[in-house]
Amino acid sequence: MALLDKKSRQVIKDPLMNNNPITLQVLGICSALAVTVKMDTALVMSAAVVFVLTMSNTILSLLRSFIPSRVRIIVMLAVIASLVILTDQVLRAYMYDMSKQLSVFVGLIITNCIVMGRAEAFATQNPPGKAFFDGLGNALGYGLILVGVSAFREILGSGSLLGFSVVPQWLYGMGYENNGLMVLSPGAFIILGLIIWVQRSLGKIEES
Amino acid sequence: MRSNAYTLFFTAIITVVLGFLLSIAATTLKERQELNMNIDIQKNILRALEFEENPEIPWTVNDVQYLFTNFIRGIVVQQDGSLAEGIVPANINDEDEDKLFPVFLKFKGEVCEGYAIPISGKGLWSTLYGYLAIHPDGKTVKGITFYKHGETPGLGGEVDKRWFTDNFKGKSLFSDDGTLVSIAVVRGVVDGESKTVQHQVDGISGATMTGKGLTNFLLSDLKKYEPFLKRIAAGDQL
Repeated sequence: MALLDKKSRQVIKDPLMNNNPITLQVLGICSALAVTVKMDTALVMSAAVVFVLTMSNTILSLLRSFIPSRVRIIVMLAVIASLVILTDQVLRAYMYDMSKQLSVFVGLIITNCIVMGRAEAFATQNPPGKAFFDGLGNALGYGLILVGVSAFREILGSGSLLGFSVVPQWLYGMGYENNGLMVLSPGAFIILGLIIWVQRSLGKIEES
Repeated sequence: MRSNAYTLFFTAIITVVLGFLLSIAATTLKERQELNMNIDIQKNILRALEFEENPEIPWTVNDVQYLFTNFIRGIVVQQDGSLAEGIVPANINDEDEDKLFPVFLKFKGEVCEGYAIPISGKGLWSTLYGYLAIHPDGKTVKGITFYKHGETPGLGGEVDKRWFTDNFKGKSLFSDDGTLVSIAVVRGVVDGESKTVQHQVDGISGATMTGKGLTNFLLSDLKKYEPFLKRIAAGDQL
């Protein structure tokens, strides 16, 4: 981190915690619910979003003075869609099973509000370096929540983490059962709601 | 405000550049994607035929190819159920698709342990593709798998999940008097008391249309294989 000046650090740190795209802006919820049943899908999805968001922010920032403002949304969408298709193609070639599990949700990164939001609000008004870190920060903020939610859901819902069982057998012997609700989407809503609650109440203490 | 000419010029350039990059990516990755798809199809044939994969150590590409070449034999049957000599499933031409039907046989030594036939048809949003495996008696279901579909994840998309496909195991395709009845996906849960319990499986809640589609294409696909299945049931050796 010492490599970065204070401003870049702020740009990358802010969306991780104080201005997290999921918990504070409540964007990108659709995929956050869908791919967090297991941690491995959440990790791959986060990596895909990191790639798309940093690349789209950088590219659009480089192009910002050339893009005619009347068609800017379409140009953004074209760039984002191309990056997403590229990601999807690479996953299909090198991580076939994973891409099958993520199914439409990789493609749906195109419509992820975080990506378009950062392009419109930040990338097209800031230099490429800053836009890159903004994209990275927001994508990591998204990924952080995704991985966090998936950790809860996988442990409580399937008794495992990244596919390895973590709930000891004797606990099942004592009558403990995996929580089926955690495997379903409402489980993600509940976890996400709790995370938002905890984060916002902690944030208040900081402010005062 | 920039001129219209500039706007058109800019969008044209963007379109060409992005299109070019995407086509390069698609072409270079095509071979690997096709290999993956073929392996996935083979994997599904194996799964339908009850080759069990250890969930801790998933099959590698080599494992699938090894199992497939050593234990699976592909044959082609004609409309009357007789064997089409000198042709393998991979060589069926598109125009012969409604005359020649592939069957995959599972062999342990010289003993045939089951037959897998491709099934496909419309669900709600998409065409589903899969395999149905049948016991050597020609009428009991051994397994069913789906390797490609575009149904809603969580609803119709559940067709490829074990809890749903396992229900097909042991169900019967023919009634006691030997007529083809296939298997129907019911709404809700199968009534255990009903006479037709052998020909029904539990539906997926929220995916009635996917189930209906599955019921329909299962029957029409099985009709194509009916003469062949009757031959096996009668104890004909291939």
